[in-house]
Amino acid sequence: MRRRIIKTSANARIPHLGSCLSCVELLTALYWKELQISSDAPNDPERDRFVLSKGHGAPVLFQILAERGFFPVKKLDEFGQPGSVFHEHPPKPGYIPGVEAATGSLGHGLPMALGMAIAQRIQGVDARCYALLSDGECNEGSIWEAAMFAAGQQIENLTAIIDYNKWQATGRSQEIMSLDPLSAKWEDFGWHVQEIDGHDFVEITNAFCLAKAEKTKPSVIVAHTIKGKGVSFMEDDNNWHYRTPNQNELASALEELNVYS
Amino acid sequence: MRNAFAKAMTDLARERSDVCLLSGDIGNRMFDLYKEVAPERFLNCGIAEANMMSMASGMALSGLRPVVYTITPFTTTRCLEQIRIGVAYHEAPVVIVGTGSGLSYAELGATHHSLEDIAILRSIPNLHICAPADSLELVVHLRDAITQAIPTYIRIGKKGEPDLHQESTILGIGKAHLLQSGKKFLLLGVGPILSEALTASENLRRRGIDLAVASVGTIKPLDHEFLLRMVDEGYDNWISLEEHHRIGGLGSSLLEWLADNCINSVRLRRMGIKDHFVHHLGGQSYVRGSEGLNADSIIELLESI
Repeated sequence: MRRRIIKTSANARIPHLGSCLSCVELLTALYWKELQISSDAPNDPERDRFVLSKGHGAPVLFQILAERGFFPVKKLDEFGQPGSVFHEHPPKPGYIPGVEAATGSLGHGLPMALGMAIAQRIQGVDARCYALLSDGECNEGSIWEAAMFAAGQQIENLTAIIDYNKWQATGRSQEIMSLDPLSAKWEDFGWHVQEIDGHDFVEITNAFCLAKAEKTKPSVIVAHTIKGKGVSFMEDDNNWHYRTPNQNELASALEELNVYS
Repeated sequence: MRNAFAKAMTDLARERSDVCLLSGDIGNRMFDLYKEVAPERFLNCGIAEANMMSMASGMALSGLRPVVYTITPFTTTRCLEQIRIGVAYHEAPVVIVGTGSGLSYAELGATHHSLEDIAILRSIPNLHICAPADSLELVVHLRDAITQAIPTYIRIGKKGEPDLHQESTILGIGKAHLLQSGKKFLLLGVGPILSEALTASENLRRRGIDLAVASVGTIKPLDHEFLLRMVDEGYDNWISLEEHHRIGGLGSSLLEWLADNCINSVRLRRMGIKDHFVHHLGGQSYVRGSEGLNADSIIELLESI
Protein backbone atom coordinates (compact mmCIF):
# COMPACT_ATOMS: atom_id res chain seq x y z
CA MET A 1 0.00 0.00 0.00
CA ARG A 2 2.72 2.45 0.98
CA ARG A 3 4.68 1.60 -2.16
CA ARG A 4 1.71 2.45 -4.36
CA ILE A 5 0.92 5.65 -2.50
CA ILE A 6 4.50 6.88 -2.74
CA LYS A 7 4.72 6.02 -6.43
CA THR A 8 1.46 7.85 -7.06
CA SER A 9 2.71 10.88 -5.18
CA ALA A 10 5.94 10.90 -7.16
CA ASN A 11 4.37 10.30 -10.56
CA ALA A 12 1.31 12.54 -10.23
CA ARG A 13 3.02 15.15 -8.03
CA ILE A 14 0.39 14.73 -5.30
CA PRO A 15 1.41 16.24 -1.93
CA HIS A 16 0.34 15.34 1.62
CA LEU A 17 2.42 12.20 1.44
CA GLY A 18 3.34 12.35 5.14
CA SER A 19 -0.35 12.65 6.07
CA CYS A 20 -1.19 9.66 3.89
CA LEU A 21 1.51 7.42 5.29
CA SER A 22 0.37 8.04 8.86
CA CYS A 23 -3.12 6.60 8.32
CA VAL A 24 -2.42 3.52 6.18
CA GLU A 25 -3.00 0.98 8.96
CA LEU A 26 -6.10 2.82 10.22
CA LEU A 27 -7.76 2.80 6.82
CA THR A 28 -6.64 -0.73 6.00
CA ALA A 29 -8.15 -2.05 9.23
CA LEU A 30 -11.33 -0.10 8.61
CA TYR A 31 -11.87 -1.37 5.08
CA TRP A 32 -10.78 -4.97 5.56
CA LYS A 33 -11.91 -5.65 9.14
CA GLU A 34 -14.49 -3.19 10.29
CA LEU A 35 -16.80 -1.59 7.74
CA GLN A 36 -19.87 -3.54 6.74
CA ILE A 37 -19.82 -2.55 3.09
CA SER A 38 -19.87 -4.28 -0.26
CA SER A 39 -18.31 -3.13 -3.49
CA ASP A 40 -21.20 -4.88 -5.27
CA ALA A 41 -23.72 -2.61 -3.53
CA PRO A 42 -21.92 0.65 -2.79
CA ASN A 43 -25.22 2.48 -2.26
CA ASP A 44 -26.87 -0.09 0.01
CA PRO A 45 -28.90 2.06 2.44
CA GLU A 46 -28.00 -0.32 5.27
CA ARG A 47 -24.24 -0.02 4.79
CA ASP A 48 -21.75 1.40 7.26
CA ARG A 49 -20.46 4.78 6.17
CA PHE A 50 -16.95 6.14 6.28
CA VAL A 51 -16.09 9.80 5.77
CA LEU A 52 -12.47 10.79 5.24
CA SER A 53 -12.75 14.03 7.17
CA LYS A 54 -9.03 14.65 6.55
CA GLY A 55 -9.70 14.77 2.82
CA HIS A 56 -6.03 15.27 1.98
CA GLY A 57 -5.57 11.58 2.73
CA ALA A 58 -7.45 10.82 -0.50
CA PRO A 59 -4.58 8.91 -2.16
CA VAL A 60 -4.85 6.24 0.57
CA LEU A 61 -8.64 6.10 0.29
CA PHE A 62 -8.58 5.78 -3.50
CA GLN A 63 -5.98 3.02 -3.32
CA ILE A 64 -7.98 1.13 -0.73
CA LEU A 65 -11.29 1.47 -2.56
CA ALA A 66 -9.62 0.11 -5.68
CA GLU A 67 -8.09 -2.80 -3.79
CA ARG A 68 -11.47 -3.52 -2.21
CA GLY A 69 -13.02 -3.79 -5.66
CA PHE A 70 -15.06 -0.58 -5.85
CA PHE A 71 -13.37 0.16 -9.17
CA PRO A 72 -10.49 -1.36 -11.14
CA VAL A 73 -7.00 -0.66 -9.78
CA LYS A 74 -6.07 0.26 -13.34
CA LYS A 75 -8.28 3.36 -13.05
CA LEU A 76 -5.71 4.83 -10.70
CA ASP A 77 -3.30 5.18 -13.63
CA GLU A 78 -5.19 8.38 -14.41
CA PHE A 79 -4.47 9.80 -10.93
CA GLY A 80 -3.56 13.47 -11.25
CA GLN A 81 -4.12 13.57 -15.01
CA PRO A 82 -6.04 16.52 -16.47
CA GLY A 83 -9.75 15.71 -16.53
CA SER A 84 -9.48 12.86 -14.03
CA VAL A 85 -11.68 12.62 -10.92
CA PHE A 86 -8.67 11.25 -9.02
CA HIS A 87 -6.91 14.30 -7.65
CA GLU A 88 -5.93 15.61 -4.25
CA HIS A 89 -9.27 15.33 -2.45
CA PRO A 90 -12.34 13.08 -2.71
CA PRO A 91 -15.07 14.47 -4.98
CA LYS A 92 -18.74 14.30 -4.10
CA PRO A 93 -20.44 10.88 -4.20
CA GLY A 94 -21.26 9.59 -7.66
CA TYR A 95 -17.87 10.12 -9.25
CA ILE A 96 -15.81 7.50 -7.44
CA PRO A 97 -17.69 4.45 -6.10
CA GLY A 98 -17.33 4.10 -2.35
CA VAL A 99 -16.67 7.77 -1.65
CA GLU A 100 -19.33 8.99 0.79
CA ALA A 101 -18.52 12.71 0.97
CA ALA A 102 -16.43 15.39 -0.66
CA THR A 103 -13.88 16.53 1.87
CA GLY A 104 -10.73 18.58 1.79
CA SER A 105 -12.00 21.63 3.59
CA LEU A 106 -11.31 20.54 7.15
CA GLY A 107 -14.00 20.40 9.78
CA HIS A 108 -16.84 19.24 7.52
CA GLY A 109 -16.46 15.47 7.54
CA LEU A 110 -17.19 14.72 11.18
CA PRO A 111 -20.43 16.76 11.26
CA MET A 112 -21.51 15.14 7.99
CA ALA A 113 -20.80 11.68 9.37
CA LEU A 114 -22.74 12.69 12.47
CA GLY A 115 -25.69 13.60 10.24
CA MET A 116 -25.43 10.19 8.57
CA ALA A 117 -25.37 8.49 11.99
CA ILE A 118 -28.47 10.43 13.05
CA ALA A 119 -30.15 9.39 9.79
CA GLN A 120 -29.41 5.74 10.57
CA ARG A 121 -31.03 6.20 13.96
CA ILE A 122 -34.12 7.88 12.48
CA GLN A 123 -34.43 5.27 9.72
CA GLY A 124 -33.91 2.37 12.12
CA VAL A 125 -30.86 1.17 10.20
CA ASP A 126 -28.51 -1.01 12.24
CA ALA A 127 -25.23 0.38 10.94
CA ARG A 128 -22.42 2.67 12.02
CA CYS A 129 -20.67 5.80 10.79
CA TYR A 130 -16.96 6.46 10.96
CA ALA A 131 -14.88 9.57 10.33
CA LEU A 132 -11.11 9.87 10.17
CA LEU A 133 -9.83 13.24 11.35
CA SER A 134 -6.39 14.77 11.40
CA ASP A 135 -5.11 16.33 14.58
CA GLY A 136 -4.73 19.69 12.83
CA GLU A 137 -8.38 19.41 11.85
CA CYS A 138 -9.25 19.59 15.54
CA ASN A 139 -8.37 23.30 15.26
CA GLU A 140 -11.74 23.76 13.56
CA GLY A 141 -14.60 24.89 15.78
CA SER A 142 -17.09 22.79 13.84
CA ILE A 143 -15.37 19.64 15.14
CA TRP A 144 -16.16 20.64 18.67
CA GLU A 145 -19.70 21.69 17.75
CA ALA A 146 -20.18 18.18 16.39
CA ALA A 147 -18.51 16.69 19.46
CA MET A 148 -20.94 18.42 21.81
CA PHE A 149 -24.00 17.62 19.75
CA ALA A 150 -23.11 13.95 19.28
CA ALA A 151 -22.58 13.57 23.03
CA GLY A 152 -25.74 15.50 23.86
CA GLN A 153 -27.80 13.23 21.61
CA GLN A 154 -25.91 10.07 22.64
CA ILE A 155 -25.10 9.14 19.05
CA GLU A 156 -23.44 5.86 19.95
CA ASN A 157 -23.26 4.59 16.34
CA LEU A 158 -20.59 7.18 15.50
CA THR A 159 -16.86 6.53 15.78
CA ALA A 160 -14.30 9.23 15.16
CA ILE A 161 -10.68 8.27 14.64
CA ILE A 162 -7.97 10.88 15.04
CA ASP A 163 -4.77 10.35 13.09
CA TYR A 164 -2.66 11.96 15.80
CA ASN A 165 0.66 12.44 14.02
CA LYS A 166 1.46 15.59 16.02
CA TRP A 167 1.94 17.78 12.96
CA GLN A 168 -0.23 20.12 10.98
CA ALA A 169 0.59 21.93 7.78
CA THR A 170 3.23 24.29 9.09
CA GLY A 171 4.14 23.19 12.57
CA ARG A 172 3.64 21.02 15.62
CA SER A 173 -0.07 20.72 16.36
CA GLN A 174 0.51 21.16 20.07
CA GLU A 175 2.44 24.40 19.62
CA ILE A 176 -0.07 26.03 17.27
CA MET A 177 -3.38 25.40 19.01
CA SER A 178 -2.52 23.67 22.29
CA LEU A 179 -4.19 20.43 21.35
CA ASP A 180 -3.08 18.45 24.39
CA PRO A 181 -4.42 16.84 26.42
CA LEU A 182 -6.37 15.67 23.38
CA SER A 183 -7.95 12.56 24.91
CA ALA A 184 -9.01 14.45 28.01
CA LYS A 185 -10.67 17.08 25.83
CA TRP A 186 -12.80 14.48 24.06
CA GLU A 187 -13.57 12.81 27.36
CA ASP A 188 -14.68 16.14 28.80
CA PHE A 189 -16.85 16.63 25.74
CA GLY A 190 -18.71 13.45 26.67
CA TRP A 191 -17.13 10.88 24.35
CA HIS A 192 -15.91 7.35 25.00
CA VAL A 193 -12.17 7.68 24.44
CA GLN A 194 -9.47 5.15 23.61
CA GLU A 195 -5.80 5.89 22.97
CA ILE A 196 -3.95 3.44 20.78
CA ASP A 197 -0.91 2.94 18.59
CA GLY A 198 -2.35 3.81 15.19
CA HIS A 199 0.13 1.55 13.39
CA ASP A 200 -0.72 -1.59 15.37
CA PHE A 201 -3.45 -3.65 13.70
CA VAL A 202 -4.33 -5.54 16.88
CA GLU A 203 -4.82 -2.34 18.86
CA ILE A 204 -6.82 -0.77 16.04
CA THR A 205 -9.22 -3.66 15.60
CA ASN A 206 -9.65 -4.07 19.37
CA ALA A 207 -10.49 -0.38 19.62
CA PHE A 208 -13.16 -0.73 16.94
CA CYS A 209 -14.70 -3.62 18.92
CA LEU A 210 -14.76 -1.61 22.13
CA ALA A 211 -16.22 1.41 20.34
CA LYS A 212 -19.07 -0.73 19.08
CA ALA A 213 -19.69 -2.09 22.55
CA GLU A 214 -20.25 1.43 23.92
CA LYS A 215 -24.00 2.02 23.83
CA THR A 216 -24.47 5.42 25.42
CA LYS A 217 -21.77 7.66 23.95
CA PRO A 218 -20.11 8.41 20.66
CA SER A 219 -16.59 6.98 20.51
CA VAL A 220 -13.29 8.50 19.57
CA ILE A 221 -10.09 6.60 18.96
CA VAL A 222 -7.05 8.80 19.45
CA ALA A 223 -4.53 6.95 17.31
CA HIS A 224 -0.90 7.90 17.92
CA THR A 225 0.80 7.84 14.56
CA ILE A 226 3.97 8.98 12.85
CA LYS A 227 3.72 11.34 9.94
CA GLY A 228 5.53 9.78 6.98
CA LYS A 229 5.47 6.35 8.66
CA GLY A 230 7.42 3.60 6.86
CA VAL A 231 10.17 5.63 5.20
CA SER A 232 13.00 6.71 7.49
CA PHE A 233 13.74 10.01 5.80
CA MET A 234 10.06 10.96 5.73
CA GLU A 235 9.13 9.93 9.26
CA ASP A 236 8.29 12.87 11.50
CA ASP A 237 9.65 15.30 8.87
CA ASN A 238 6.89 17.79 8.12
CA ASN A 239 8.42 18.82 4.81
CA TRP A 240 6.57 15.81 3.41
CA HIS A 241 3.29 17.57 3.99
CA TYR A 242 3.94 19.52 0.80
CA ARG A 243 6.85 17.83 -0.95
CA THR A 244 6.65 15.07 -3.49
CA PRO A 245 9.54 12.65 -3.98
CA ASN A 246 12.01 13.05 -6.83
CA GLN A 247 13.23 9.96 -8.64
CA ASN A 248 16.14 9.34 -6.25
CA GLU A 249 13.91 9.73 -3.22
CA LEU A 250 11.34 7.47 -4.78
CA ALA A 251 13.97 4.78 -5.36
CA SER A 252 15.25 5.10 -1.80
CA ALA A 253 11.76 4.94 -0.34
CA LEU A 254 10.84 1.86 -2.36
CA GLU A 255 14.11 0.21 -1.40
CA GLU A 256 13.42 0.85 2.27
CA LEU A 257 10.00 -0.66 1.86
CA ASN A 258 11.81 -3.64 0.37
CA VAL A 259 9.82 -3.56 -2.80
CA TYR A 260 11.53 -2.74 -6.04
CA SER A 261 9.63 -0.96 -8.77
CA MET B 1 -44.82 33.68 8.22
CA ARG B 2 -42.98 31.66 10.81
CA ASN B 3 -46.23 30.30 12.24
CA ALA B 4 -47.26 29.25 8.74
CA PHE B 5 -43.85 27.61 8.40
CA ALA B 6 -44.34 25.69 11.66
CA LYS B 7 -47.77 24.51 10.58
CA ALA B 8 -46.56 23.48 7.12
CA MET B 9 -43.65 21.58 8.66
CA THR B 10 -46.05 19.76 10.97
CA ASP B 11 -48.25 18.79 8.03
CA LEU B 12 -45.25 17.65 6.01
CA ALA B 13 -43.84 15.62 8.91
CA ARG B 14 -47.21 13.92 9.22
CA GLU B 15 -47.32 13.15 5.49
CA ARG B 16 -43.71 12.08 4.99
CA SER B 17 -41.51 9.96 7.22
CA ASP B 18 -38.33 11.47 5.71
CA VAL B 19 -38.99 15.09 6.69
CA CYS B 20 -36.82 16.34 9.58
CA LEU B 21 -36.59 19.74 11.22
CA LEU B 22 -33.30 21.12 12.53
CA SER B 23 -33.58 24.28 14.60
CA GLY B 24 -30.73 26.51 15.73
CA ASP B 25 -32.14 26.86 19.23
CA ILE B 26 -35.02 29.11 18.22
CA GLY B 27 -38.76 28.67 17.92
CA ASN B 28 -39.45 28.05 21.61
CA ARG B 29 -43.09 26.81 21.68
CA MET B 30 -43.61 27.25 17.94
CA PHE B 31 -42.81 23.63 17.10
CA ASP B 32 -44.70 21.97 19.97
CA LEU B 33 -47.19 20.38 17.59
CA TYR B 34 -44.45 19.26 15.20
CA LYS B 35 -42.68 17.63 18.13
CA GLU B 36 -45.86 15.77 19.02
CA VAL B 37 -46.15 14.49 15.46
CA ALA B 38 -42.50 13.59 14.87
CA PRO B 39 -40.43 13.90 18.06
CA GLU B 40 -37.59 11.76 16.69
CA ARG B 41 -37.35 14.01 13.64
CA PHE B 42 -36.92 17.28 15.51
CA LEU B 43 -33.36 18.26 16.38
CA ASN B 44 -32.56 21.32 18.41
CA CYS B 45 -29.01 21.74 17.17
CA GLY B 46 -28.06 24.45 19.61
CA ILE B 47 -26.22 27.60 18.67
CA ALA B 48 -23.83 25.80 16.35
CA GLU B 49 -24.89 26.51 12.80
CA ALA B 50 -21.84 25.09 11.04
CA ASN B 51 -22.45 21.69 12.59
CA MET B 52 -26.20 21.97 11.99
CA MET B 53 -25.73 22.60 8.27
CA SER B 54 -23.16 19.83 7.77
CA MET B 55 -25.33 17.39 9.73
CA ALA B 56 -28.26 18.30 7.50
CA SER B 57 -26.20 17.52 4.40
CA GLY B 58 -25.18 14.16 5.91
CA MET B 59 -28.83 13.39 6.69
CA ALA B 60 -29.91 14.38 3.19
CA LEU B 61 -27.22 12.19 1.62
CA SER B 62 -28.71 9.34 3.64
CA GLY B 63 -32.16 9.78 2.13
CA LEU B 64 -33.84 12.20 4.55
CA ARG B 65 -35.32 15.61 3.77
CA PRO B 66 -33.90 17.93 6.44
CA VAL B 67 -35.16 21.48 6.80
CA VAL B 68 -32.75 23.78 8.63
CA TYR B 69 -34.28 26.73 10.42
CA THR B 70 -32.88 29.70 12.27
CA ILE B 71 -32.50 33.48 11.97
CA THR B 72 -31.33 34.36 8.47
CA PRO B 73 -27.77 35.62 9.02
CA PHE B 74 -27.01 32.53 11.08
CA THR B 75 -28.41 30.01 8.63
CA THR B 76 -26.69 31.65 5.66
CA THR B 77 -23.50 33.66 6.02
CA ARG B 78 -22.58 32.16 9.39
CA CYS B 79 -22.28 28.71 7.84
CA LEU B 80 -21.63 29.66 4.24
CA GLU B 81 -18.98 27.07 3.52
CA GLN B 82 -21.14 24.30 4.96
CA ILE B 83 -23.86 25.40 2.52
CA ARG B 84 -21.46 25.71 -0.39
CA ILE B 85 -19.80 22.33 0.08
CA GLY B 86 -22.11 20.14 2.16
CA VAL B 87 -25.38 21.21 0.59
CA ALA B 88 -24.75 22.72 -2.83
CA TYR B 89 -21.72 20.81 -4.10
CA HIS B 90 -23.16 17.51 -2.86
CA GLU B 91 -26.60 18.44 -4.27
CA ALA B 92 -27.91 17.29 -0.91
CA PRO B 93 -31.66 17.97 -0.76
CA VAL B 94 -31.53 20.29 2.23
CA VAL B 95 -34.04 23.10 2.61
CA ILE B 96 -32.50 26.11 4.34
CA VAL B 97 -35.06 28.45 5.86
CA GLY B 98 -34.00 31.84 7.16
CA THR B 99 -36.50 33.65 9.36
CA GLY B 100 -36.51 37.37 10.06
CA SER B 101 -35.00 38.13 6.67
CA GLY B 102 -34.19 41.57 5.35
CA LEU B 103 -35.19 44.15 7.95
CA SER B 104 -37.67 41.95 9.85
CA TYR B 105 -35.43 42.32 12.89
CA ALA B 106 -34.66 45.97 12.10
CA GLU B 107 -34.48 47.04 15.73
CA LEU B 108 -32.02 44.26 16.62
CA GLY B 109 -29.28 45.97 14.64
CA ALA B 110 -26.89 45.08 11.87
CA THR B 111 -26.00 41.71 13.41
CA HIS B 112 -29.55 40.54 12.75
CA HIS B 113 -30.18 42.26 9.42
CA SER B 114 -29.84 40.06 6.36
CA LEU B 115 -29.19 42.25 3.37
CA GLU B 116 -26.49 40.28 1.57
CA ASP B 117 -27.81 36.72 1.70
CA ILE B 118 -29.36 36.63 -1.77
CA ALA B 119 -26.25 38.09 -3.37
CA ILE B 120 -23.95 35.62 -1.69
CA LEU B 121 -26.06 32.48 -2.01
CA ARG B 122 -27.15 32.97 -5.59
CA SER B 123 -23.53 32.81 -6.70
CA ILE B 124 -23.40 29.20 -5.50
CA PRO B 125 -24.28 26.55 -8.11
CA ASN B 126 -27.08 23.99 -7.55
CA LEU B 127 -28.95 26.14 -5.05
CA HIS B 128 -32.44 27.51 -5.62
CA ILE B 129 -33.17 30.86 -3.97
CA CYS B 130 -36.74 31.72 -2.96
CA ALA B 131 -38.16 34.77 -1.22
CA PRO B 132 -41.91 34.24 -0.84
CA ALA B 133 -44.06 37.32 -0.44
CA ASP B 134 -46.42 35.83 2.11
CA SER B 135 -47.32 32.70 4.04
CA LEU B 136 -49.27 31.24 1.14
CA GLU B 137 -46.31 31.42 -1.20
CA LEU B 138 -43.98 30.18 1.53
CA VAL B 139 -45.98 26.98 1.99
CA VAL B 140 -45.96 26.30 -1.75
CA HIS B 141 -42.21 26.88 -1.95
CA LEU B 142 -41.53 24.66 1.05
CA ARG B 143 -43.59 21.79 -0.33
CA ASP B 144 -41.99 22.17 -3.75
CA ALA B 145 -38.48 22.18 -2.32
CA ILE B 146 -39.08 19.00 -0.35
CA THR B 147 -40.85 17.24 -3.20
CA GLN B 148 -38.36 18.22 -5.89
CA ALA B 149 -35.37 17.30 -3.68
CA ILE B 150 -33.31 20.26 -4.89
CA PRO B 151 -31.13 22.20 -2.43
CA THR B 152 -33.17 25.31 -1.72
CA TYR B 153 -32.82 28.45 0.36
CA ILE B 154 -36.12 30.05 1.42
CA ARG B 155 -35.91 33.54 2.85
CA ILE B 156 -38.94 34.38 4.99
CA GLY B 157 -40.18 37.18 7.24
CA LYS B 158 -41.15 37.03 10.87
CA LYS B 159 -44.78 37.39 11.89
CA GLY B 160 -47.81 39.41 10.99
CA GLU B 161 -47.06 39.76 7.29
CA PRO B 162 -50.30 40.17 5.31
CA ASP B 163 -51.34 37.62 2.71
CA LEU B 164 -50.87 39.20 -0.70
CA HIS B 165 -51.69 36.28 -2.97
CA GLN B 166 -54.78 34.44 -4.02
CA GLU B 167 -53.86 30.85 -3.19
CA SER B 168 -54.77 29.67 -6.69
CA THR B 169 -52.31 32.04 -8.39
CA ILE B 170 -49.18 30.59 -6.80
CA LEU B 171 -47.51 28.20 -9.19
CA GLY B 172 -44.46 27.16 -7.17
CA ILE B 173 -40.69 27.49 -7.24
CA GLY B 174 -39.38 29.20 -10.34
CA LYS B 175 -42.69 30.87 -11.12
CA ALA B 176 -43.44 34.59 -10.97
CA HIS B 177 -46.88 36.08 -11.32
CA LEU B 178 -48.75 39.35 -11.23
CA LEU B 179 -50.36 40.43 -7.99
CA GLN B 180 -51.70 43.55 -9.65
CA SER B 181 -51.96 44.27 -13.33
CA GLY B 182 -51.19 47.70 -14.82
CA LYS B 183 -49.81 49.46 -17.86
CA LYS B 184 -46.28 50.37 -18.87
CA PHE B 185 -44.85 50.40 -15.33
CA LEU B 186 -43.99 47.08 -13.72
CA LEU B 187 -42.66 46.60 -10.21
CA LEU B 188 -40.97 43.24 -9.70
CA GLY B 189 -40.39 42.38 -6.08
CA VAL B 190 -39.60 39.60 -3.67
CA GLY B 191 -40.62 39.06 -0.08
CA PRO B 192 -43.20 40.64 2.22
CA ILE B 193 -42.05 44.14 1.21
CA LEU B 194 -44.38 43.67 -1.77
CA SER B 195 -47.15 44.89 0.54
CA GLU B 196 -45.54 48.35 0.20
CA ALA B 197 -45.72 48.01 -3.57
CA LEU B 198 -49.41 47.12 -3.50
CA THR B 199 -50.14 50.11 -1.27
CA ALA B 200 -48.17 52.33 -3.66
CA SER B 201 -49.96 50.85 -6.67
CA GLU B 202 -53.35 51.63 -5.15
CA ASN B 203 -52.35 55.24 -4.42
CA LEU B 204 -50.82 55.74 -7.83
CA ARG B 205 -53.93 54.50 -9.58
CA ARG B 206 -55.86 57.35 -7.99
CA ARG B 207 -53.28 59.65 -9.57
CA GLY B 208 -53.65 58.06 -12.97
CA ILE B 209 -50.55 55.88 -12.93
CA ASP B 210 -51.13 52.16 -13.45
CA LEU B 211 -48.33 50.28 -11.71
CA ALA B 212 -48.34 46.54 -12.17
CA VAL B 213 -46.90 44.54 -9.29
CA ALA B 214 -45.35 41.10 -9.68
CA SER B 215 -44.14 38.66 -7.08
CA VAL B 216 -41.00 37.12 -8.53
CA GLY B 217 -40.89 34.56 -5.72
CA THR B 218 -37.80 32.75 -6.94
CA ILE B 219 -34.60 34.68 -7.60
CA LYS B 220 -32.78 31.62 -8.85
CA PRO B 221 -33.81 30.36 -11.28
CA LEU B 222 -35.63 33.42 -12.59
CA ASP B 223 -38.92 32.83 -14.39
CA HIS B 224 -37.61 33.39 -17.91
CA GLU B 225 -40.99 32.88 -19.58
CA PHE B 226 -42.76 35.33 -17.29
CA LEU B 227 -40.15 38.04 -17.83
CA LEU B 228 -40.29 37.60 -21.60
CA ARG B 229 -44.06 37.87 -21.45
CA MET B 230 -43.79 41.12 -19.53
CA VAL B 231 -41.47 42.48 -22.23
CA ASP B 232 -43.88 41.33 -24.94
CA GLU B 233 -46.82 42.93 -23.18
CA GLY B 234 -45.11 46.29 -23.41
CA TYR B 235 -43.95 46.89 -19.87
CA ASP B 236 -40.85 48.96 -20.56
CA ASN B 237 -40.29 50.66 -17.21
CA TRP B 238 -39.36 48.12 -14.58
CA ILE B 239 -38.69 48.74 -10.91
CA SER B 240 -37.16 46.06 -8.72
CA LEU B 241 -37.96 46.06 -5.01
CA GLU B 242 -36.28 44.03 -2.31
CA GLU B 243 -35.36 44.24 1.35
CA HIS B 244 -31.75 43.55 0.44
CA HIS B 245 -28.71 45.47 -0.71
CA ARG B 246 -28.90 46.78 -4.24
CA ILE B 247 -25.69 44.85 -4.89
CA GLY B 248 -26.30 41.31 -6.00
CA GLY B 249 -29.97 40.81 -5.21
CA LEU B 250 -33.11 40.63 -7.33
CA GLY B 251 -32.36 43.90 -9.13
CA SER B 252 -28.91 42.69 -10.12
CA SER B 253 -30.40 39.37 -11.28
CA LEU B 254 -32.85 41.22 -13.50
CA LEU B 255 -30.10 43.43 -14.94
CA GLU B 256 -28.11 40.31 -15.75
CA TRP B 257 -31.18 38.75 -17.35
CA LEU B 258 -31.84 41.82 -19.50
CA ALA B 259 -28.20 41.99 -20.59
CA ASP B 260 -27.86 38.27 -21.24
CA ASN B 261 -31.01 38.28 -23.36
CA CYS B 262 -30.03 41.48 -25.23
CA ILE B 263 -33.23 43.25 -24.20
CA ASN B 264 -32.68 46.96 -24.71
CA SER B 265 -36.30 48.07 -24.66
CA VAL B 266 -36.61 47.92 -20.86
CA ARG B 267 -35.37 50.52 -18.40
CA LEU B 268 -34.84 49.00 -14.94
CA ARG B 269 -34.60 51.05 -11.75
CA ARG B 270 -33.51 49.22 -8.63
CA MET B 271 -34.91 49.84 -5.15
CA GLY B 272 -32.92 48.27 -2.36
CA ILE B 273 -30.65 49.10 0.55
CA LYS B 274 -27.70 51.32 -0.31
CA ASP B 275 -24.18 49.97 0.13
CA HIS B 276 -23.97 50.55 3.87
CA PHE B 277 -24.85 49.01 7.23
CA VAL B 278 -27.97 50.39 8.86
CA HIS B 279 -27.18 51.99 12.23
CA HIS B 280 -30.12 54.29 12.86
CA LEU B 281 -32.68 51.81 14.01
CA GLY B 282 -36.38 51.56 14.59
CA GLY B 283 -39.09 49.11 13.67
CA GLN B 284 -39.18 47.50 10.24
CA SER B 285 -41.60 50.11 8.97
CA TYR B 286 -39.41 52.98 10.19
CA VAL B 287 -36.25 51.59 8.58
CA ARG B 288 -38.05 50.82 5.31
CA GLY B 289 -38.96 54.50 5.28
CA SER B 290 -35.54 55.81 6.25
CA GLU B 291 -33.91 53.59 3.63
CA GLY B 292 -36.31 54.68 0.90
CA LEU B 293 -38.09 51.37 0.53
CA ASN B 294 -41.68 52.07 1.59
CA ALA B 295 -44.83 52.87 -0.37
CA ASP B 296 -44.10 56.62 -0.28
CA SER B 297 -40.65 56.03 -1.78
CA ILE B 298 -42.15 53.96 -4.57
CA ILE B 299 -44.73 56.66 -5.32
CA GLU B 300 -41.98 59.29 -5.31
CA LEU B 301 -39.91 57.27 -7.76
CA LEU B 302 -42.84 56.65 -10.12
CA GLU B 303 -43.82 60.29 -10.13
CA SER B 304 -40.27 61.24 -11.04
CA ILE B 305 -40.23 59.01 -14.13
